[in-house]
Amino acid sequence: MALVLNEDQEMLRDAARGFLRRRSPVSELRRVRDEQVEGGFSRDIWREMAEQGFAGVLVSEEYGGSGFGHVAAGLIANEMGRTLAPSPFLSSAVLGAAALGRAGTDGQKGEYLPGIAGGELITAMAVDEGDKHKPEHVTLKAEKSGNGFKLTGAKTFVADGGAADLLIVSARTAGADEDQQGVTLFLVPADATGVTINTTPTVDNRNYADITLDGVEVDGDAVLGEVDNGFVLLESVLNAGRSVLAAEMEGLAKESFDMTVDYLKTRKQFGKIIGTFQGLQHRAAHLWTELELVESAVLKALQTLDENFDGAGAIAALAKAKAGSVARLATQEAIQMHGGIGMTDEHDIGFYMKRARAADELFGDADFHAGRIAMLRGY
Amino acid sequence: MPDLEKFREEAREWLEANCPESIRKPVSGEDDIVWGGRNWVFKSDDQKIWLDRMAERGWTVPEWPKEYGGGGLSKEEAKVLKQEMARIKAPPPVNSFGIWMLGPALLKFGSEEQKREHLPPICRGEIRWAQGYSEPGAGSDLAALQTRADDKGDHYIVNGQKVWTSYADECDKIFCLVRTDPSAPKHEGISFLLIDMDQPGVTTKPIRLISGKSPFCETFFDDATAPKENLVGELNKGWTIAKYLLTHERAMIGGMDSSQVLGRSPGEIAADTVGRNSEGELADSFLRSDIARSDVDGWAFMLTMERYRDKSKAGEGVGAASSGLKYYGTELNKRRYELSMSASGFNALKIGDGIDSEEGEMARRWLRTKANSIEGGTSEVQLNIISKRILELPDA
Repeated sequence: MALVLNEDQEMLRDAARGFLRRRSPVSELRRVRDEQVEGGFSRDIWREMAEQGFAGVLVSEEYGGSGFGHVAAGLIANEMGRTLAPSPFLSSAVLGAAALGRAGTDGQKGEYLPGIAGGELITAMAVDEGDKHKPEHVTLKAEKSGNGFKLTGAKTFVADGGAADLLIVSARTAGADEDQQGVTLFLVPADATGVTINTTPTVDNRNYADITLDGVEVDGDAVLGEVDNGFVLLESVLNAGRSVLAAEMEGLAKESFDMTVDYLKTRKQFGKIIGTFQGLQHRAAHLWTELELVESAVLKALQTLDENFDGAGAIAALAKAKAGSVARLATQEAIQMHGGIGMTDEHDIGFYMKRARAADELFGDADFHAGRIAMLRGY
Repeated sequence: MPDLEKFREEAREWLEANCPESIRKPVSGEDDIVWGGRNWVFKSDDQKIWLDRMAERGWTVPEWPKEYGGGGLSKEEAKVLKQEMARIKAPPPVNSFGIWMLGPALLKFGSEEQKREHLPPICRGEIRWAQGYSEPGAGSDLAALQTRADDKGDHYIVNGQKVWTSYADECDKIFCLVRTDPSAPKHEGISFLLIDMDQPGVTTKPIRLISGKSPFCETFFDDATAPKENLVGELNKGWTIAKYLLTHERAMIGGMDSSQVLGRSPGEIAADTVGRNSEGELADSFLRSDIARSDVDGWAFMLTMERYRDKSKAGEGVGAASSGLKYYGTELNKRRYELSMSASGFNALKIGDGIDSEEGEMARRWLRTKANSIEGGTSEVQLNIISKRILELPDA
């Protein structure tokens, strides 16, 4: 596939851009923070996003979505990055839809996918148990109990965990704590008996939660995919999430860069427009080249997911690694080049750096994914 | 598409029948590269046979028009030909600045007579061209060049000095930027002139680099002459041609494949020198992370070249973005050679004519990469171009 957008994709991007700039500009994130909106986003706006087709972008038409695919999902995420739109898009429309669409039984799909596509049902992936992403580290136990399982353990940093109706939980059904074998994915209603959800305020003002499961009983239908063989599925689904998150970071990095270049063209010091200073010009030009690389890596990852969903491990690692490191660099440079005004809460640029930091950390930071590439290349 | 497949079959058949067996191997050293020209000595009969047959067919320059000695192939056909040549490891029959630089300039800016006179000998590898741009006082500020061409009626008299003229000591002719109007603003008094090097007024002197022997020379013009008909394009409009060629050159330099160093990546080299831990990771974790980050950038850079090619194919110009490729590609190449040197350790430090080892070669290549971000416009000049033309930041 040519590494460019087709006309339909360009139209979708323009539509998403128009909608998000109108309905969810950065002031919406600011409002959500200042008013401490429950769940970390506006349900009304999420419903409108669903009407725009955002929530069903990875859900097939059979279940009420558009099935546009991962490039389309990335374009939406990219625009959400540009306006820092708070929404459960990644958790629900990408991770939830991908996991269920990929491994759900007909019954599971019929039960959950229409709700995801309509924006009424919100899912969250409960994967991590420690402060650094390590998906194979699973100690949350699922023991056979009657016809089903009993789940006990804790998850941390669950994105949109505080807003979710349905949790997708990785649990250990066999093997040792770090084994890939013996991991099973479960669908657990957030209101099941024994589930405790504590949301954690974070620097990016999104909704993360620590979740404990204390002897939560689920029946056999709650297993997503195969018992003991859930890790490969989990990784594939995470790779979709990582790639879309990389697209979001591309968007936020580019927006903060555009804001910075605009600032360089207007701010005066020493009687001159500061954009005439070569010291700043070269830093901006270097950032531009880095952003070009991010765009290429992200688009390739999204295209690969559409062509060969299970074969996107390496390219998703590349996209996440490159987007994460460049988004952090771009947003830090943005603050430095804005000078004092960039440090004020009144200015929007700080929100970009905060989100870049959190998005880089989520599902493996740039170092984690560079390490994966090293491993795949045999060193 | 069936036409393209038919072409592929024909090309494959013809190459099988005409490419001598002895030269079907990867280019591994200077002896495998044919430059052509009056002074050229072929390293084997088969090199000459291969050049003559390909030239006859127009395939030394497959995309140039047939009337000037090219193959008249479409972009797609030329790509197929390249693939088929690669399939049997057939090397390019001839390399030259005539093919890479002068040809494209003449095709775009040259007169009909100039195309007919100069292009066919380039296609046949009969005339070897040098490139005369930089001067001792005109490096990054190329437009400050001082080599003068004075109008003497039916000819010009040329005086001055060029530097970094690759292979000038072996070339037959040189295309130069010369000053034809010293009173005009610096960009507006420059012309593009073709000069025969086989005359008393032209002398050359090789330059030795930090990496050792190099193809670079200094070229001196001391009352050298060039007929009026050797002026390409309009008088005093040579800067337009220069900019066109520099963009072309940047895309070439930036696009050089830096993913492999002597066939082995830094990660592979380091696995031999520093060993691995129980997880299979390089035992030197600092080196490992540096290499991994450079692999991330290297892969993303290759995808960017792919994306730009696809953009061009889709009819979107890449324009000043070629400066981005040149900047990033050359800086990346330097980084990778630094890592290869670190990965190799002491072994990489060995150099000298007596050591005919992979490592001796590595040190020379490492040293040579330092020029990548200087030649064809320094990294800093590329960043200036991006600032101005892409980001539209104001001039000081």
